[in-house]
Amino acid sequence: MSSIAQKKGFGATLWDYLTTVDHKKIAVMYLIAGGLFFVIGGIEAMLIRIQLAKPDNDFVSAGLFNEIITMHGTTMIFLAAMPILFGFMNAVMPLQIGARDVAFPFLNSLGFWLFLFGGLFLNLSWFMGGAPDAGWTSYASLSLASPGHGIDFYAIGLQIAGAGTYIGGINFLVTIINMRAPGMTYMRMPLFTWTTFVASALILFAFPPLTIGLFFLILDRMFGGNFFDHTMGGNTIIWEHLFWIFGHPEVYILILPAFGIFSEIFTIFSRKRLFGYSSMVFATVLIGFLGFMVWAHHMFTVGLGPTANAIFAVATMAIAVPTGMKIFNWLLTMWGGSIKVTTPMLYALGFIPSFVAGGVTGVMQGAAPLDYQLHDSYFIVAHFHYVIVGGVVLAILAAVHLYWPLMFNQMLSEKLGKWTFWFFFIGFHLTFFIQHFLGLMGMPRRVFTFRADQGWDLFNLISSVGAAFMAIGVIILVYNIIVTAVRNEPVGNDPWEDGRTLEWAIPQPVPFYNFRQTPLVRGLDPFWIEKQEGNKEGMTYAEPLSDIHMPNNSFIPFVMTVGLFIAGFGALYHGEKEWSIPVLVLGFAITFGSMAVRSLKDDHGFHIHKEDLMNEKGGK
Amino acid sequence: MNTTMKEGFDLAMMKGLKKWRLFSLLAALTIFLSGCGEEYLSTLTPAGQVGRDQFNLLLLASAIMTFVVIVVVIIYVLALVKFRRKKVGENVIPKQVEGSHTLEVIWTVIPILLLIVLAVPTVIYTYKHADVAAMDHVDADGNKTAVTVNVTAKLYWWEFEYPDLGVVTAQELVVPTGEKVYFNLKAADVKHSFWIPAAGGKMDTNVENVNQFYLEFDKESAGLKDGVFYGKCAELCGPSHALMDFKVKTLNRDDFNAWVEAAKTTEAVADGELATQGEEIFNTSCIACHATSAAGTAGGVGPNLATFGDRNRVAGFMDHTEEDLKNWISDPQKYKPGNLMPQPKQLNNGEEFSEEQLDALAEYLMGLSIEK
Repeated sequence: MSSIAQKKGFGATLWDYLTTVDHKKIAVMYLIAGGLFFVIGGIEAMLIRIQLAKPDNDFVSAGLFNEIITMHGTTMIFLAAMPILFGFMNAVMPLQIGARDVAFPFLNSLGFWLFLFGGLFLNLSWFMGGAPDAGWTSYASLSLASPGHGIDFYAIGLQIAGAGTYIGGINFLVTIINMRAPGMTYMRMPLFTWTTFVASALILFAFPPLTIGLFFLILDRMFGGNFFDHTMGGNTIIWEHLFWIFGHPEVYILILPAFGIFSEIFTIFSRKRLFGYSSMVFATVLIGFLGFMVWAHHMFTVGLGPTANAIFAVATMAIAVPTGMKIFNWLLTMWGGSIKVTTPMLYALGFIPSFVAGGVTGVMQGAAPLDYQLHDSYFIVAHFHYVIVGGVVLAILAAVHLYWPLMFNQMLSEKLGKWTFWFFFIGFHLTFFIQHFLGLMGMPRRVFTFRADQGWDLFNLISSVGAAFMAIGVIILVYNIIVTAVRNEPVGNDPWEDGRTLEWAIPQPVPFYNFRQTPLVRGLDPFWIEKQEGNKEGMTYAEPLSDIHMPNNSFIPFVMTVGLFIAGFGALYHGEKEWSIPVLVLGFAITFGSMAVRSLKDDHGFHIHKEDLMNEKGGK
Repeated sequence: MNTTMKEGFDLAMMKGLKKWRLFSLLAALTIFLSGCGEEYLSTLTPAGQVGRDQFNLLLLASAIMTFVVIVVVIIYVLALVKFRRKKVGENVIPKQVEGSHTLEVIWTVIPILLLIVLAVPTVIYTYKHADVAAMDHVDADGNKTAVTVNVTAKLYWWEFEYPDLGVVTAQELVVPTGEKVYFNLKAADVKHSFWIPAAGGKMDTNVENVNQFYLEFDKESAGLKDGVFYGKCAELCGPSHALMDFKVKTLNRDDFNAWVEAAKTTEAVADGELATQGEEIFNTSCIACHATSAAGTAGGVGPNLATFGDRNRVAGFMDHTEEDLKNWISDPQKYKPGNLMPQPKQLNNGEEFSEEQLDALAEYLMGLSIEK
């Protein structure tokens, strides 16, 4: 196995990526795949806004509209936001804690391929008889009644992708617990690592309910089960509980890493350590914990009774407290600092008012009796887009600019970045602010059209115009990425000049084995400490130069995933096509066969020898 | 609007906030918000006590939240203006402050207090709006004192049964003003959600259980633009979810009693030759699903048509004209995709309805009325 970088042909590069277990390459794949799904989800969003731009529109039909909204939500949450965040976690977190790689590089690769093939499976529904159409929440009575295979694609696709997410979450947890560099105590971990840690813990506990719910749905729809069929003693409310016991923590799985990203940005571009670090950590953990206590606020109108509603209302309001702590700590981080408004900082500055707006409307909906009015109206649509777009998507866009030099040793154009920001930011508020009022004015969500003269015409048009602005912003970003890639100017490490954490200390391009010697962490913001002390070498190291043990690449994760992908089609056509059971068996045979190969064949990896390391000056 | 402001104000004062600040915020919010939306549809122009309670909660919550936003924005703008690198100097390294206990306590305690102010009325109203005990109260004669409506949501229409009055109708809910009206809510096929925005919040119609709540209506709907309040389905229920509208007619108690009496006694009669032809077609093609008498109980396959001529819409959302009625009958799938009404060919011996047949049907249906 050659470890020395050389120019490779396309085929070799492709093979390298198909088999890689390197967290940095997996990060790039997450970013590309997630970005692609983000664009698809965005196109779906545009179709929605075109349809709703004027009353009584017939741009898309009623049934197709429901497919589009379902796929928009599902794609954005499961296939865009989460994977892109996973990309940044993979790219940044191991470097931030000074690790060689994640704890289980093989599983890391498996997690990625499961997500990608789950996403592909889901999207194949467009070409194989119609996409799911019961909303991303897929409430059971409607999802059972939905004809065709759309919901089957949803259930199986999410099951496959969800397994990938779950594996990824466990991997990050183990990595952070076990692989921190010497001196990196828990209370010296950068906030992005902390939020990755807590979000991964949420994944650990939140995904099993979804998995169970999806299995119930698969059994009900394809194998004659009756978990949700009330005429056979089932109960549809069970689905709602299972979905939201997953679904609410899911919001925090998305937003906590976003908080982490912004914490990094505020400190870097204010040249100041994070204000109230320990209370920020405490707030993160508390939000994660409370996130599991509030799921029924999505179900205030289901008829759970006043006691349940009152308890969940108060619990929901409680989450505002740690979230408020975070906002004030960020503001105080800027206070007394030296603020440089770069593109990432611009996003962070845009995030504060946007997310506060999303947060306060969340508290309003926490007030159960008020939520009876707001629930399932356009108000809630406005609210969760303020949280997800104003929080998560702004964080993702900020991180794209912030970590681009770390991942690719290039700098995205700051000028184009700011154009993207302003188009996206203005478009975002234009699209969604006004939707609060549409909701208050009685417009239900998920309507494929609306009659004229109900007082909704103008606001819907404004909302659609805003969506076009957001699209322009994204197009500029894509252009920015292409131009930057073509120009290909290396920028070296610490391109923002005020990097504080370990990832900015590593030489560029990042060697495939990461730090040659594991760094010694002497406090919060270790790189900043070394820089302040005038350390020319970059870091102080915790060990002498010695051989590095690395894992081998493997094609097995890909094959394992393909097996599940095939099995998915077998399950999907169960009871309809003769070949379904054989295909199901074949798929599982491939998956379990590859697992057996993995288990039985010893793979000890390889060593990079000290002598080779001494001759190398970075390079991949 | 004065009462709204007063109640919002009382609520705030009760909790001992800084009154003047909250009051001015509330007043500004009230004026701003009530400018939005149509009276027959908007949650911002509440038409009954439930909606008004919820609107007051909206005002209180908005006021508190506006206060929070203002505080954040002030600190944010000040920080941004004072500490820009241009101003601070390019090479200055700021003091690396760890944090402040005092500040942490302040921004933990104040939000908690603000949330308590919101939480108290929230809990009170949660219980208040779920209180349906009076539903079963009876007077000395053993008659129910309150009007109860059994609502059944179906793909994509609404059935309203008055179990104590022996009346059933569809698509247009008729209720008395000035008293609590109780609802039993259920779905017949998939989950829907029953929402009359102007009157108050929504309640889901589940497939496996009956949900109960109540609403109140202050004034008669006759003065409204269409003479009715608008009702909506708020839960995605299939392709035509957006078209699953209903209307609410509110009458004073005397008019309501008269309406009930008329509903129980009026027989469907065809008036004129064309209508009689229509009745014949109806009796061969339509009557299997659509009843034409409002006396009875729930469980219709299709909407009860006894009050069809009195209604405001065809199929819940189309204009109430003969033109739209004929369009609807001749191709229901086109107008409400996924609805369960058979296409004409299934009803009319394998043929489309002719123009004459449609005319006759329309004439007959438009004549079905109990309000003559």
